[in-house]
Amino acid sequence: MVSNARLAVDIGGTFTDVAVEAVTDEDHVSRWTAKVLTTPHAPELGVLEGVRTVLAKAGLQPSDIVLLIHGTTLATNALIERKGAKTALLTTEGFRDVLALGNESRYDQYDLNIELPQPLVPRRWRLPVPERLDNTGKVLLPLDEAAVRAHVPFLKAEGIESLAIGFLHGFVNPAHEKRAAEIIRSEWADLPISLSSEVSPEMREWERFSTTVANAYVQPLMASYLARLEKGLRAGGLAAPIFLMLSGGGLTTIETASRFPIRLVESGPAGGAIFSAYVARQRGFEKVLSFDMGGTTAKVCLIDDFAPQASRTFEVARVGRFRKGSGLPLRIPVIEMVEIGAGGGSLAHLDSMGRIQVGPESAGADPGPACYGRGGTHPAVTDANLTLGRYDAAAFAGGSLALKTAPAEAALVEHVGKGLGLEAGMAALGVVEMVDENMANAARVHAIESAKSYDGRAVIAFGGGGPVHGYRVAEKIGVKRLLVPSGAGVGSAIGFLRAPVGYEVVKSLYTRFGSFDVVGVNALLASMSEEASRVVAEGSFGAPTAEHRIGYMRYVGQGHEIAVVLPVRPLTDADVAEIRAAYDAEYTRFYDRPVPGSDVEVLSFAVTVATVLEGVEPAAEVADAPAPAPIRVQQVRDTATGIVAPWNVYDRTAMNPGATVPGPCIVAEDETSTLVGPGWSCRMDGLGYLELTRGDA
Amino acid sequence: MNALEKIQRQIQWNRLIAVVEEQAQTMIRTAFSTTVREAGDLSAGIFDLEARMLAQAVTGTPGHVNSMMESVGHFLKKFPAAGMKPGDHYITNDPWLGTGHLHDLTVVTPAFRNGKIVGLFANTAHIIDIGGLGMGPEGRSVFEEGLYIPIVKCFDQGQPNETFFDFIRVGSRTPVELEGDIYSLCACNDAGAKRLVEMMDEYQMEGLDDLAGFIFDSSLAATEAEIAKLPKGQVWQAEIRSDGYEAPVTLKAAMRVEGDKIIVDYAGTSGLSTRGINVPPAYCRAYSCFGIKCVVAPEIPNNWASLSPFVMEIPEGTILNAPRPYPVSVRHVVGQLLPDLMMGCLAQAVPDRVNAEGSSALWNPPLRGGAQVSGQDAEVEDFEIITFNSGGTGARPTKDGLDGIAFPSGVRTMPVEATENVAPVIFWKKELRPDSAGAGKTRGGFGQIMEIGAKKNAEFAVNAIFDRVANPPKGRFGGGVGANGWVGLDDDNGTVLRSKGFQVVPKGRHLLLLLPGGGGMGDPKQRDPALVARDVADGLISPAEAKRLYGA
Repeated sequence: MVSNARLAVDIGGTFTDVAVEAVTDEDHVSRWTAKVLTTPHAPELGVLEGVRTVLAKAGLQPSDIVLLIHGTTLATNALIERKGAKTALLTTEGFRDVLALGNESRYDQYDLNIELPQPLVPRRWRLPVPERLDNTGKVLLPLDEAAVRAHVPFLKAEGIESLAIGFLHGFVNPAHEKRAAEIIRSEWADLPISLSSEVSPEMREWERFSTTVANAYVQPLMASYLARLEKGLRAGGLAAPIFLMLSGGGLTTIETASRFPIRLVESGPAGGAIFSAYVARQRGFEKVLSFDMGGTTAKVCLIDDFAPQASRTFEVARVGRFRKGSGLPLRIPVIEMVEIGAGGGSLAHLDSMGRIQVGPESAGADPGPACYGRGGTHPAVTDANLTLGRYDAAAFAGGSLALKTAPAEAALVEHVGKGLGLEAGMAALGVVEMVDENMANAARVHAIESAKSYDGRAVIAFGGGGPVHGYRVAEKIGVKRLLVPSGAGVGSAIGFLRAPVGYEVVKSLYTRFGSFDVVGVNALLASMSEEASRVVAEGSFGAPTAEHRIGYMRYVGQGHEIAVVLPVRPLTDADVAEIRAAYDAEYTRFYDRPVPGSDVEVLSFAVTVATVLEGVEPAAEVADAPAPAPIRVQQVRDTATGIVAPWNVYDRTAMNPGATVPGPCIVAEDETSTLVGPGWSCRMDGLGYLELTRGDA
Repeated sequence: MNALEKIQRQIQWNRLIAVVEEQAQTMIRTAFSTTVREAGDLSAGIFDLEARMLAQAVTGTPGHVNSMMESVGHFLKKFPAAGMKPGDHYITNDPWLGTGHLHDLTVVTPAFRNGKIVGLFANTAHIIDIGGLGMGPEGRSVFEEGLYIPIVKCFDQGQPNETFFDFIRVGSRTPVELEGDIYSLCACNDAGAKRLVEMMDEYQMEGLDDLAGFIFDSSLAATEAEIAKLPKGQVWQAEIRSDGYEAPVTLKAAMRVEGDKIIVDYAGTSGLSTRGINVPPAYCRAYSCFGIKCVVAPEIPNNWASLSPFVMEIPEGTILNAPRPYPVSVRHVVGQLLPDLMMGCLAQAVPDRVNAEGSSALWNPPLRGGAQVSGQDAEVEDFEIITFNSGGTGARPTKDGLDGIAFPSGVRTMPVEATENVAPVIFWKKELRPDSAGAGKTRGGFGQIMEIGAKKNAEFAVNAIFDRVANPPKGRFGGGVGANGWVGLDDDNGTVLRSKGFQVVPKGRHLLLLLPGGGGMGDPKQRDPALVARDVADGLISPAEAKRLYGA
């Protein structure tokens, strides 16, 4: 007899991953997973297929499922592929080009042929309305209601499918936006409308309008997909509540997701980060870098105290080689991640100075790296790993794809080795060292931006490439502990099962500590708390919840805010001094010294309400077990020293908890290989995870 | 050198570039001046003990490219490396020892490993106020333009130089920001130094000489290889007219390839102005180099060697070689035209790699109000702000110019909502300016229209620094001119204001700015009619202009 069966579905670009967990007879939690091809024309079909597959594997009926959690890249893909609704924007007269002008800058100084991302709404559909508020929300120019109404025939004639409304300072006083929406609805009841004051009620018109327009752009598509999905699941006999994974790491209902689908972008990677956070909790690792390396990109995320780092800004659909500033800005709660154009398929070449460059161009699935033998002639990271001796050519991907060494070496010599006077092996070393260096550099800059350090931090590596490159990246950032969990192939879906039902509300309210508006702030926080609680109540079914409040503040005149935790209760005058002191302490942690004589301003507040996470039993200590016998020996070139030596290869499935194998060696499994570098050793813990440690860690 | 060491040097070079990027990001995060944190008007780099730049952050703006590099040599002349101690920081804003005007602070910091000095970090940032007349062209000598800081120690072995900070605090309209920015500049150099030492420990490097040699050799060879692709034995001449202050200014250049070098001779360029539009020579070199590099060698990172093949011959007495104490506060308004001038020369050598002329010089309106303008009749609190705005860029060989985007400057603008939160101003309009793009097979970028008032429609002032008003951006190869700029009031008469200088916008009126469009490229009649139709549908080209220019 099974109980509490919960199902998670993650739609990715290529595969739809499904995982189900249930308590089985022995009071033991069992997990079954399935991977089916994503069906882009009607993604719900892939989901239904995956659900059927995994239930059959588990021997469960749809009615056994008590909860279904879903994450998807559909919204992101619609933005990248520009396949959303025909969207119009009503905006303040005089400001119809906010989306086109952006911040008036180029993300690359020296490239004369730079491409900037085109706005989702062309100028002819960005429609001006006379109205104007000042920065305090005071009306300078009343809303011209006739002008709003007069746009409706044009919207209809143009076949507009979704409307965004964004007025200057509309987040301070939403009256004009709300009234404009009312007028439009009175003329055209069915037109979906997104208001900037609801989607992203924060200062900075470009980011707010961009977010609102992106929401409107994906809204019809997502709402109809979610409706079809729900219908299909219900028809298949599923009665359980359905939740959607949010980019900020919480869960929400189909109804809320259909209104604010922009909050679903990047929910897959968010699941991966939550998976890492859960693993960190299991092992009691308080400071972690989550490192997920796949075929085209690597993603890193800092996780402190078991919570992935949060952010409020994100860029989607970058057009310039993953460059910051080349995408559409979104201002929504997200898990902060840095994405680097570095994966197994990333291609290497020499630039005009003879420097090895890796990525972001990728070999993709077709033709793939040269070693796939499908006609690829440029060397990819996978080719370099193979040439270094890190893979067993016959056993790659569980033996489903036999790799060919000769084309890999030829590609490396042709595009890297020749120009530097290196044979294939050292060219491969150069490629792998460079890609590891690029990932380590990105991780270092990310830590700087987050005022975090790598002292005492552990890396949790997953994805096809994470376990292969993890130890060397760890060395480069000075980390001495690395964990490779099991189930990493469907990590995002498993992460969904670990996410709380939660919702975050962010609102701007400007105040200074010198004249702190205690009454106003309390009123705002109370209303935000009420809003977040209402959304969560729809899906928490009475589970205990916890509330978290944050103020975003900075010294008057600075440009970047710091998050300071606020007490969850009405603030008193005495609290104000304590919050100010907490700010100074937090600032000093970032930048070493506080700034004398400067007042502090608060720009916005965030309130999160979420169900309390179930307790995690700490992993039990496990007694030492004998090391397994190696299944073979490979000649592997070490990338730090260039030395070629025999490395033992072990079968992960033959390794028992408590067994330790010394580096250098390789622990192989179907989905990937974990490399244990010289100076490292690898022990399987009580959870079946591989724990790599270096030196005295 | 063995194969592994060869690869490791590449890794170390890559690391240095990451280190200076961290340095720049630290500054952006901690700076107070909007000019740094919002606009990104800054630069950061690492130097060897001979003041040769090894790497420069890609984040930053071109005006600092050569000027910051040359600056470090001046610091070492006054304070030799041998006498530097851990925790020392040195500072200046001398336009001739730094980056060309008093608003730019340059800080140099030594990096130590095991008690031995191993390198230097420098950075430059444009701070919001340095006293004097404020940002604008009105000064008649550098002494009127603000507080003049010679090269001094601002921190001595970690201890702040309180005498220096006392002067700073009383000499600026924004003392908190200024002091905070200086702390930020020092902190970001420290961050860079820490990373450098970590790398040297990891690779057990005793010094930077070997790495520097490798970086310089590779960069120089790659730059020379690009120069070798240019035609030899020719002289390419070009000329640009700028509006100037009291009289129009002619910028004239003759470019030639000589051996491995590109040499630019500015003979024939106008003489000095009595006002602050003069360009110190380091700033001339910076924007000239940038303009050439964008075309000839855009992928080669900036360092001492990669910049060395570009040689500027700037005759004394010209506006591009301003001597002390000529006023230089707004040297950008002339200097930012230099990339257009360089591309005018290169258009004759590599016509398929250059842009048409653009709006180019930033259209930053410095705005001031309150008692400093209206005295006791002031209706609003005192304010002093500057926003960074741009017209259209020039058309490109295969692509249209960019609409309302900064080029050659690398700065960003700030949101109107944020500006209106820091000063009592209202932007009544800020959008693209129809019919402003130069026509062509590829058209120029569109300029902008900006209409700005004070709260309560109070009196305020603009310290105008605008160009391309009398002399619009030219097209190339048959492309049309971009629309010229216009500065005036929003009244019925269309009252015109001067394009440069301090002027009061009377109560009840708004400042109206029409920012120039970029020049076009190629015959407009060859433009894809679908693109013309798109611009007409978007309201960016009027049907009448479409017919007149494109025959559509």
